[in-house]
Amino acid sequence: MSEQLYHVSSSPHIRSQVTTASIMRDVTFALLPSCLFSVYWFGLRALVVLAISVISCQAAELLYFRLAGKKRVAYECSAIVTGLLLGMNLPSTIPLWIPVVGGFFAIIVVKELFGGLGNNFMNPALAARCFLLISFAGPMTSFSVKTASSNIWLGAASVDGLSSATPLAVIKNAGNSTEALPSLFDMFFGFTGGVIGETSILFLLLGALYLVIRKVISLKIPLTYILSFSVFILINNLVKTGTPDFIGIARQLCGGGLVLGAFFMATDYVTCPITPMGKIVFGICLGIVTAVFRLFGNNAEGVSYAIIFCNMLVPLIEKLTIPAAFGLSKKGGNANGK
Amino acid sequence: MKLRTFQGGIHPFDGKELSKNKPITNLSPKGEMVFPLSQHIGAPAVTLVKPGDSVLVGQKIAEAQGFISACIISSVSGIVKAIEPRLTTSGAMAESIVIENDNEYKKIAGFGVERDYTKLSKDEIRTIIKNAGIVGMGGAAFPTHVKLTPKDENGITHVIVNAAECEPYLTSDYRMMLEEPANLITGLKIILSLFDNAKGVIAIENNKPDCIETLDKLLTPEDKNKICVMPLKAKYPQGAERNLIYAVTGKKINSKMLPADAGVIVNNVDTVISVKNAVCNNIPLIRRIITVTGDAVVNPQNFCVPTGMCYQELIDAAGGFKSTPEKIISGGPMMGTSLYNTNVPVTKNSSAILALTKDEVAEKPETPCIRCGRCVSVCPSRLIPQRLQEYSNRFDNEAFENNYGMECYECGSCTFICPAGRKLTQSFKETRKSIIAQRKKK
Ligand code: SF4
Ligand code: SF4
Repeated sequence: MSEQLYHVSSSPHIRSQVTTASIMRDVTFALLPSCLFSVYWFGLRALVVLAISVISCQAAELLYFRLAGKKRVAYECSAIVTGLLLGMNLPSTIPLWIPVVGGFFAIIVVKELFGGLGNNFMNPALAARCFLLISFAGPMTSFSVKTASSNIWLGAASVDGLSSATPLAVIKNAGNSTEALPSLFDMFFGFTGGVIGETSILFLLLGALYLVIRKVISLKIPLTYILSFSVFILINNLVKTGTPDFIGIARQLCGGGLVLGAFFMATDYVTCPITPMGKIVFGICLGIVTAVFRLFGNNAEGVSYAIIFCNMLVPLIEKLTIPAAFGLSKKGGNANGK
Repeated sequence: MKLRTFQGGIHPFDGKELSKNKPITNLSPKGEMVFPLSQHIGAPAVTLVKPGDSVLVGQKIAEAQGFISACIISSVSGIVKAIEPRLTTSGAMAESIVIENDNEYKKIAGFGVERDYTKLSKDEIRTIIKNAGIVGMGGAAFPTHVKLTPKDENGITHVIVNAAECEPYLTSDYRMMLEEPANLITGLKIILSLFDNAKGVIAIENNKPDCIETLDKLLTPEDKNKICVMPLKAKYPQGAERNLIYAVTGKKINSKMLPADAGVIVNNVDTVISVKNAVCNNIPLIRRIITVTGDAVVNPQNFCVPTGMCYQELIDAAGGFKSTPEKIISGGPMMGTSLYNTNVPVTKNSSAILALTKDEVAEKPETPCIRCGRCVSVCPSRLIPQRLQEYSNRFDNEAFENNYGMECYECGSCTFICPAGRKLTQSFKETRKSIIAQRKKK
C-alpha cells in the first residue's frame, strides 16, 4: 500500500465549480429573453439572422483551429456568445450573407489573429458590427419591416407598419417633441425599430439581472456608464436650453444600443479593464464618449463606436489604476502612514 | 453589528462536517518514530544524540541553532536507531533522528510536574517555551519563543489567538476549543503576562458558534477586562495573519512587517494550549492534534498523536480508505502539500491528512485567461494575479516585484476561483522563490 504513488501538485488542491464554459453558458441564457422577444417582434427572420451569426462564428473558429493547428483544451462556448451578440447587433432585414461575413471577421480577424480568446483587445462582435457598418452602410442601417400584410416571417413589428427610422434617428432629425416618436413605454418594452437585440430594455435588464445574481458581471461598468452618460446629456440640456429634459434623457437611455452595450458588451471580460478602479474609469469614459458621439456625431447611434474606442484605452486605464497592495500605499510606503 | 472581516476571499466547500463531531482520541504509535531536524522556520536543529543512545519521553534530542530555530523533543522512550535522511511531508528527504520506540514511555525527571505560572518571571516563561520546542502550529511553524520576544515588548497591544481555522476540512482547533477551552484561556493569560499593555482576543469564525459560546462562558467578568472572544465572518483566508490582524485591529501590515510592528502577536489555538502545557505542566511539545479526513477515508476523525508517528498509521487507525484516493494532502486543501507517499512522519506543523477521491486540479485543465477579474476580487492582498502571472511566465522578476508580487502570501484563493483553471498561485510560488534566491545572492 505504501508503495502506491498518489497525485501530487502544488496547492491549492481544490477548484471552484465556475468555468469559462459555465460563464459563457450563463451569458447565453441571459441573452435568450431578448432574443425570444426579437423573434416575436421582428419575426422568424430575426431568428434566422441570429442562427446564421452563431453558426458562422462557430464555423470560423473551427476552421481557424483546424488551419492553424490550434489544440483545444476545453470547449468554452465563447464563439457562441460572440455570434449571438453579433446577430443581436444586426437589423432583422439584413441580407443573409452579411452575418456570415461578420462572423468570420469577428472570430478570425478580431479574435484569433490577435491570439485567440483572452487576447483580443476589441470586442469581436462590436468590431465586426463597426466593420459591417463601414462596409455595408445601406443594409446595416435600414430597419424597415413594413409589408403589405403582416406575416410570421417579419413578425409583429410589420403589423405596426414600423417606419424605417429608429427612435434615436427620429430624435436626431426632428428633435424630441415630434409626433413620430414612439412612447417611452414602447421604447422600454421594445416595440420600436432597431437592431435585433437592442430594442427591448425590459428583457435586456432581465438578462442582466440574471448575470448579476449569478455573479457573472458586476454593476460597476454598466452603472458608471449609464450615470456618466445621463449626466453628460443633462449638462448638455442645461447649457442649451437651461431646463433639464428628463424625458429626453430617458429616451436616450432606452433608445439605441445603450442598455445592450452597457450590460452585455462593455462588460465583456476580455476587453474591459481588470482593475476595480479601472472599471469605473472605463464606465465613465464610455458614458462621455457615447454622449459625444450621439450629440455631436453624424450618426444617431454611438454605443458601438464608443465601446470599440474605449476598448483601445483599456491598456492605458489599467496601467494607471493598478491598486496598491494591501498594507502598502501607492508610493511604496506602508498603509499605516509609518 | 457587522461582522469583522477583510476584503476579498472565497467560500470553498468546507467539508468540516465529516469530522467536526468526532472527539479527539489518543493514538499510540506502533513503528519507529522519525523526527526531522527541520520542522520549523529558521535554522535546522542540531542533534544531541547519536545512534545507540537511549532516550526518554520529553528528552531534548536536538538543540535550536541560532536565533530563529527550535529544539526537538522526543515523544517516546527508546533507542536512537539512526540519523539519516528520511522522506518528509515536503516531498523531499530531510535529515532526521529515527527512534525505535520501546513502548514503555519512560519520562524524564520533572515531566508533567505542575507549576504556577504567576510565580515565574517573564524570562523564565520564555525559556520554558523555548525549551519545550514550541512553534506556531497553524502551519508556518515559526518558533514561538522568538515571536514572544519582540523588540518593543511594551508596544504590544493585542495578543490574538488565531482560532479562525479557515482551511476547509480541518477540525483540530475546533475540537481543542471545545475539549480544552480552559487550557486555551490559561495559555492566553500566560502569554498576556509577558506583555503589560496587551489585551487578549480570541478570534473565531462565526461558523463555530459553539466554540464562541463555550469560551465566552468560561471568561469571568474579571477576565473580560483583558480578554474577549471576537466572532469573525467565516471566509477563507480569514486565518491568514494579515487578514486576521486587519479584522481584529483595523491595522494593515505588509510582507515587510512583522505583526509585532503593528503591536500585535498572533498565535494559533494549539500553540497557545502547548504554551500552557509547557509552562504549567512541564510537558513540552510532543504531540499534535491531527484531523484525518476526506471522502476517501472510512471513518474521518481527530487524533492526538505523538510527533514522529507515521502518517500511514493514522490513516489505518481511521479505518483506511474506502476507495482508492486520487490525492492525499498533508494539511488543508488550500495551502497543504500533496503527498505521493504516506510514509512520512507527523511533525510539529502537521494539522491534517486529507484523502480525496477526486483530483479537482486534474479535472479543471488550464485554458486561456479570459480576464474575468475574479482573481482580482478575491485576492486578500489586493494584487492583480492575472498580470502577475504574465510577468511570471515571462520570467520578468522586476515587473513582478514592481507590481507588488512579493505581497502574495500564496493563499491560493486566485487559483481556486479562476474559471480558466490558471495555476496562478503556483506561478507565484516559483517566481517568489527565484526572487528570494536572487536577493540572497546579492
Ligand atoms: S480569474 Fe483566471 S481567467 Fe479570470 S482574470 Fe484571473 S487569471 Fe484570468
Ligand atoms: S495566492 Fe497570492 S495572488 Fe493569489 S489570492 Fe492569494 S495572495 Fe493573492
